[in-house]
Amino acid sequence: MAFDLSAIGSQFFVGLSRSMILFIVCSGLSFVLGVLRVPNIAHGSLYMIGAFAAYTITKLFPGPEGFWLALVLSPLIVALVSFVAERVLFCHLYQREHLMLLLFTFALMLILGDLVKMIWGAEYRSVMAPDSFSGPVTIFGASIPRYNVFLLIIGPLVAIGLWLFTNKTKIGKIARAAAVDREMVGAVGINVSWVFAFAFVLGCFLAGLGGALVAPTVSITLGMDHNLIIEAFLIVTIGGLGNMWGAMVGSLIFGLTQSFGVLFWPQYAIVFPYTAVVIILIWRPKGLLKSVW
Amino acid sequence: MRKSTFKAPSMWLCLSLLLLFLFLPAVLQRFYTYILAVIFVTSLLAMSLNMVVGHGGLFQFHHGVFYGVGAYAFALMITKAGFPMWLAFIASPLVAAATGFLIGWFCVRLTSLYFGMLQISLGSLIWALAFRWYSLTNGDDGIHGIPVPDVISSTTSSYYFIFLFFVLGILVMYVIHMSPFGTTMQAIRDNPARCSAIGINVRRHQLLAIVIAAFFAGVAGVLFVVLERSVFPDLLFWVLSLEIFIMCLLGGWFTFLGPVVGAAITVSLRTFVGVYTEYWTFILGILLILLIFFLPEGVMGFFTRKFRKGRGQEAASARGLHAES
Repeated sequence: MAFDLSAIGSQFFVGLSRSMILFIVCSGLSFVLGVLRVPNIAHGSLYMIGAFAAYTITKLFPGPEGFWLALVLSPLIVALVSFVAERVLFCHLYQREHLMLLLFTFALMLILGDLVKMIWGAEYRSVMAPDSFSGPVTIFGASIPRYNVFLLIIGPLVAIGLWLFTNKTKIGKIARAAAVDREMVGAVGINVSWVFAFAFVLGCFLAGLGGALVAPTVSITLGMDHNLIIEAFLIVTIGGLGNMWGAMVGSLIFGLTQSFGVLFWPQYAIVFPYTAVVIILIWRPKGLLKSVW
Repeated sequence: MRKSTFKAPSMWLCLSLLLLFLFLPAVLQRFYTYILAVIFVTSLLAMSLNMVVGHGGLFQFHHGVFYGVGAYAFALMITKAGFPMWLAFIASPLVAAATGFLIGWFCVRLTSLYFGMLQISLGSLIWALAFRWYSLTNGDDGIHGIPVPDVISSTTSSYYFIFLFFVLGILVMYVIHMSPFGTTMQAIRDNPARCSAIGINVRRHQLLAIVIAAFFAGVAGVLFVVLERSVFPDLLFWVLSLEIFIMCLLGGWFTFLGPVVGAAITVSLRTFVGVYTEYWTFILGILLILLIFFLPEGVMGFFTRKFRKGRGQEAASARGLHAES
């Protein structure tokens, strides 16, 4: 089979930009996993809320400024939702068994999923990217949508920002320390409960950001949370639980195998990433990079 | 079967329940008979999961895949291979058990969350294949209108058929639960390191438990097809696995019959609250949160503790598991 080189190139860039969205969502999940040690099942629902909020904001403010406003506001809305859930309910459970925390995030997923259905209904929604993002760009002979180039820029920016945050700021360092040894952090007089709250809200903020960013590229619908969360779990596992760069590696593997699957065997495209994950987990069960667990 | 396996007072309770459920279809409307049958199928599935989760301490995160494989195997054997129904009925759970062996063989090398994650990835692979392999499985459309023999085609007769296998399944699972193997599994749940130190092959026991659980999940899958006469990829999707996991926690996963209670609550909520509002999962979510805060041992666990204060070992061993994880 002969393949058009530019088709391979554009699939590569499409896969890469999909990976960037996955990375933004998964880095949030990974952060929560690392600090709180809880697989947050509601993460996908928060991502969905981010996308629906972006839809509403762009409807309220048509035009390019609406999109930018959505990009700023919808992650904040998601962060607010998660903050309320954390402070009102979740924070009382930290002393309890691990599976209870898991069960709580599942309950949160059920509730948030139905809240989205109540507020936005079951129809398909779509968001238009601003006009400055329309039209293709040619990179190395491959033509890709201009919006995807934007995603390719913002993904690494988020990665760098998150790295700077966890390595250079005091609260980031405290969060990392809590991930490694929470008792010790408590013993030196830091309020671990608030560190947890902060980590949870930051992780959910990233989920909302991912949702707002994905909004112009997909049709926004109920059920997008279920599809995303399973991918996100597998990505953070193959990358190494709680490791931000691991989330990046995992997202790249997942996004690229899928887009090349589309190129070589479209019917079974969704099988490729799962196969990659199975191979990696059998080969290195604890993930490719170092896990904080 | 040792005598101590069955205790007299609970025997009488079980017998009266048995008689009750045998007579219920005579007085109930067809719809309620159908719902009862759904509860039996779901309960069998949840109990098979609880064999490895509650009594084995394994993070069996993708149990639904064995249910789906059983259902798909049954549907394909009848519609594509033209097997006689009774042969397919025996073979399908075996296919599910073989899948359990295959997936379990990879998974038992790992522990806790990594075990669960590898299982999710392997299960999702099977889901993705069933979702896309149009020529074999009809892809996301699923297979509908699977013929079943006339003997079990009406709602009432399929109810009795399902009830028979539900009771048989529970009996066999109870015998396994009380057998030396079952006790060993509970010991492994509470302290894998010590078990391995006294010479128990932990991985082999866990693998066998997964295979047995997958077999019963396969039986439940077959019963699902008998009742609904269709299969679709959602049976293999991880959301279903999560739901049955929650049923075990909801009912009380350190009790033997807890999953039945959990399944009954979930199915009834979906059916009866679903009539009034489409937001029944919202109610389920609220219920789960109330449960987490007020009944952390599950509904059955709560009642067991209330009524038999002296026998609190199972609830106490709950803490042992979490210390491990």
